[in-house]
Amino acid sequence: MIEFHVETRSGVPTYLQIVQQVRRAVRLGVLRPGDQLPTVKDVVAGLAINPNTVLKAYRELDLEGVTEGRRGIGTFVREHVDALPQQDVKQLRTSLQKWVAHARAAGLDDEMIGALFADIVRPTTISSVAS
Amino acid sequence: MSDVPVLRTEDLGKRYGSTWALRDCSLEIPAGSITALLGPNGAGKTTLLQLAVGLSRATTGQLEVLGLSPWADQETLLPRVGFVAQERPLHRSFTIAETLKLGRVLNTTWDDDLAVSRIESLGLRLSQTVGKLSGGQQAQVALTLALAKRPDLLLLDEPVASLDPLARREFLGTVMEAVAETGMGVILSSHIVADLERVCDHLVILSHARPLLVGPLDELVACHRLLIGPRTDPATVARVHAVIHESHTDRQSSLMVRANGHVYDTCWEQHEVGLEDVVLAYLGQRHGPAERVLEEAVR
Repeated sequence: MIEFHVETRSGVPTYLQIVQQVRRAVRLGVLRPGDQLPTVKDVVAGLAINPNTVLKAYRELDLEGVTEGRRGIGTFVREHVDALPQQDVKQLRTSLQKWVAHARAAGLDDEMIGALFADIVRPTTISSVAS
Repeated sequence: MSDVPVLRTEDLGKRYGSTWALRDCSLEIPAGSITALLGPNGAGKTTLLQLAVGLSRATTGQLEVLGLSPWADQETLLPRVGFVAQERPLHRSFTIAETLKLGRVLNTTWDDDLAVSRIESLGLRLSQTVGKLSGGQQAQVALTLALAKRPDLLLLDEPVASLDPLARREFLGTVMEAVAETGMGVILSSHIVADLERVCDHLVILSHARPLLVGPLDELVACHRLLIGPRTDPATVARVHAVIHESHTDRQSSLMVRANGHVYDTCWEQHEVGLEDVVLAYLGQRHGPAERVLEEAVR
């Protein structure tokens, strides 16, 4: 089971934040096929958000094929969803941890590390176009 | 749930002496919605809620709650409506058990198991005296009384204004949990916009005893834009879009508009806005062009 976190000031619609958190949890293997998502009742009681927001998120996840709503029972992660291969995730995580340690040692703060990472990931940035 | 609107008014007005506390109020709030009633003190929020539960009688116009008249159909309507008034009127010297007993005696519909299990899940004991509870706990007890009626509509007048952020979150969480279970409609008045943004799907802005803006919250927020550009006479923009609020420096104009489709004029830098921006724009503007537009929007 996972717990959702919602940031109303982020500019990202609340339902989308829930969708993204489920997708991420599934990819990283935190949620596995057959796992049940928290019930709408539990989510809204904890976060004080509108039940329709959660229903909209779960509907979206159903449409994407990430989850499957079973009437009267709950919403479950589907079989055969694309999780990242666990072994690869573990290796990538370790190497990234090493890279971050390296970057900190070189004097980069979190914001600079984030900017550098975003720069590499996004292909449209000026430096990657120039190189 | 039925499709009967939880609240429908037409030219509703309430006058105390020579002062109108609410007037020209025509609006419809659909079944099962969670509606924020927003506006400064004295805007008419409490008046509207009191009319809705038959605590006062309208001077003019029509009012239906769940399809019924709060005045003529009191006996059938009131068991279906839960109401928590602004000051959370509880007897301070009563224990929680006595408070629940009062609820059981005074209400024709009453779910005692629900009331007791709610009190227990709040970590409270039935023997505790109401006056010794914290503000947040008292609010939860008052809410329990309203929920134990198993209402189809819950009305909350400034339920969280006096509570700290954690107690506010817990209170609204309890309300949302009950909504998830029952699908009941909720109308709550408040001026804490951040809380309402998480919770509500419909919006009514009241100002100076009149409704300024009514509708589904997402749509209303989405159709408003902040336009920033070189100093201009807003009249050009106002021909197409409703200018809600304007401010100017010698070089620059900022306009909050309710956009009528796309804004094509490229001299404007367009910004999306949040609920708070929209609310402030409407409330910051009293007798300007917005008022006319808004009245159209309300209809």
